[in-house]
Amino acid sequence: MHSLESYLYVSAVLFALGLFAVVTRRNGIAVLMGVELILNSANLNFLAFARFGGANFSGHIFALFVIIMAAAEAAVALAIVINIYKNFHSINVDEVSALRQ
Amino acid sequence: MSNLQSLYYYWPELILTVTILAGIIADLFYAPKDSGKTMYWILGGLILTAFALKLAADSPVATLFMGSIALDPFAWFFKMLIIAATVIVMLMSSKSTELLNYRVGEYYVLMGIMVFGMFLMVSSIDMIMVYLAIEIVSIMSFVLAGYLKHDLSSNEASLKYVIYGAFSSGIMLYGFSILFGLTGTTKLFEIGPALAAMDSSGNFAIMLSAVFILAGFGYKISAVPFHFWTPDVYQGSPTPITAYLSVAPKAAGFAVLIRFFSAVFGSNNSVMAGLVPVSDVLPWPHILAVVAVITMTLGNLVAIQQESVKRMLAYSSIAHAGYMLMGLPMMSSEGIGAVMLYLVMYLFMNLGAFFIVMYVQTKKDGETFDAFSGLGWEMPLVGIAMTVFMFSLTGIPPTAGFIGKYYLFAAVIKAGPTFYWLAFAGAINSVISLYYYIRVIRHMYLIGERSESIHVPAMMTSILILALAIPTVVLGVYWTPVADWVSNSLVFAFPAM
Repeated sequence: MHSLESYLYVSAVLFALGLFAVVTRRNGIAVLMGVELILNSANLNFLAFARFGGANFSGHIFALFVIIMAAAEAAVALAIVINIYKNFHSINVDEVSALRQ
Repeated sequence: MSNLQSLYYYWPELILTVTILAGIIADLFYAPKDSGKTMYWILGGLILTAFALKLAADSPVATLFMGSIALDPFAWFFKMLIIAATVIVMLMSSKSTELLNYRVGEYYVLMGIMVFGMFLMVSSIDMIMVYLAIEIVSIMSFVLAGYLKHDLSSNEASLKYVIYGAFSSGIMLYGFSILFGLTGTTKLFEIGPALAAMDSSGNFAIMLSAVFILAGFGYKISAVPFHFWTPDVYQGSPTPITAYLSVAPKAAGFAVLIRFFSAVFGSNNSVMAGLVPVSDVLPWPHILAVVAVITMTLGNLVAIQQESVKRMLAYSSIAHAGYMLMGLPMMSSEGIGAVMLYLVMYLFMNLGAFFIVMYVQTKKDGETFDAFSGLGWEMPLVGIAMTVFMFSLTGIPPTAGFIGKYYLFAAVIKAGPTFYWLAFAGAINSVISLYYYIRVIRHMYLIGERSESIHVPAMMTSILILALAIPTVVLGVYWTPVADWVSNSLVFAFPAM
């Protein structure tokens, strides 16, 4: 299990699950969780490539920044979702439609 | 250049950072109703930043911070453009009635942070910086789109924006990770040669990463098929923010797209050498050309069906992204120069059109075509200005929009017969767009009764309208300074290997 491929498989599965969650889930929070899965699959890729690709720390640094950005993004996204819940009494992304399609 | 040396060339951005901090602190001392005064802090800081940039105009072309930031006339051009757009939008915001019930101190601070993010976007030459810059801009715009907390459409706009934004930047990041895995570096100028040196076994991975990355950039410039968020976000956001999103982040998106694709997927590391595919996996020029045509056609066809002028302008901005994409497939200096010139023209005409929509919203309590009925007779200044903006957006001479389109088409034609169809599609689209732009003018002058009284906007509003309408006309007749500026700005930083 200590080869680059196994890490890449895991990350590809994570990515696919994230994509699936974003496309099929209608609950706002679940969609955001899907996005987190995608970000983490990319992180896993960065770390695996950095670990097996030689002594290059760019991958670690990239992953670190992604974690920080994901936290910032989650904070903003959850604030928006809470505000939506206050006004619409629902976080179903299909029911939130005041604008014309 | 090492980090300490770099700081010396980075002082426009340092001034901007201090401005943002000063704005945050100043806002703490204002009572909620005075909170709008924070604008003067940010506005002053932006003007200082512009002066600093002006003074730094002759600084050497170099890469800063260990090769992660480019210091070149190309970035300088976009920085000036972004400051101009921000200053205009801030003045617009101060006239907005939508924002009256909210504490607006943070609003201006967030715009300041967005400017900083866009500065990074236009000058990043490292994947980490590209990602960080795009995220800084995105996160700030999510908040700004939803700034009207009690307004349902603003809420919806921010929710859709945050979901699509986070999703597409996640996809882009996955593309970056594949690219990093293939080449082992995050520096754009090292990725290009590393990719070129690879054999064909990596073709599939290159293709995958390129498509994923295009999704991220396409979202930023709202190119089809990554445009789904645009109409709803543009319609629901406060109108000044809509205007801002349609100009500044889009310009920054084009800058980062040009830099990224020419450095990574360009032939021999030079922006001017033409965008030749690294391997024959993906015919880049044709993909970009097809995306351009689909984007402009879809934008125009859907814009025709709209009843809300604001939403119509949202689709029109998709169409304009398509026109600008026409300049990219050639990746020639003419093509890139035409895009840059178009962005200058687009800044005035599009901000102007949105400003009129905002003004009509406050006076007529609506943004539909009906709200515009008879407007030309009731408010002559607004009517004439809107007519100018609509003509310019269509591309009718003698307006700025015509010159912008002329340069784009000229660049396409000059690239040879391969792309004649692209110019042809662009021309047909311009004709289609005439229909819905003229419809606004028709409503203003031919529909609704002629009002007896004449309404003149307040002084500041009139000045702002004129400040946007006059350049729209003047640049249509005398555009040499802009053309010169653009051709002088086509210099790219190139790190010593």
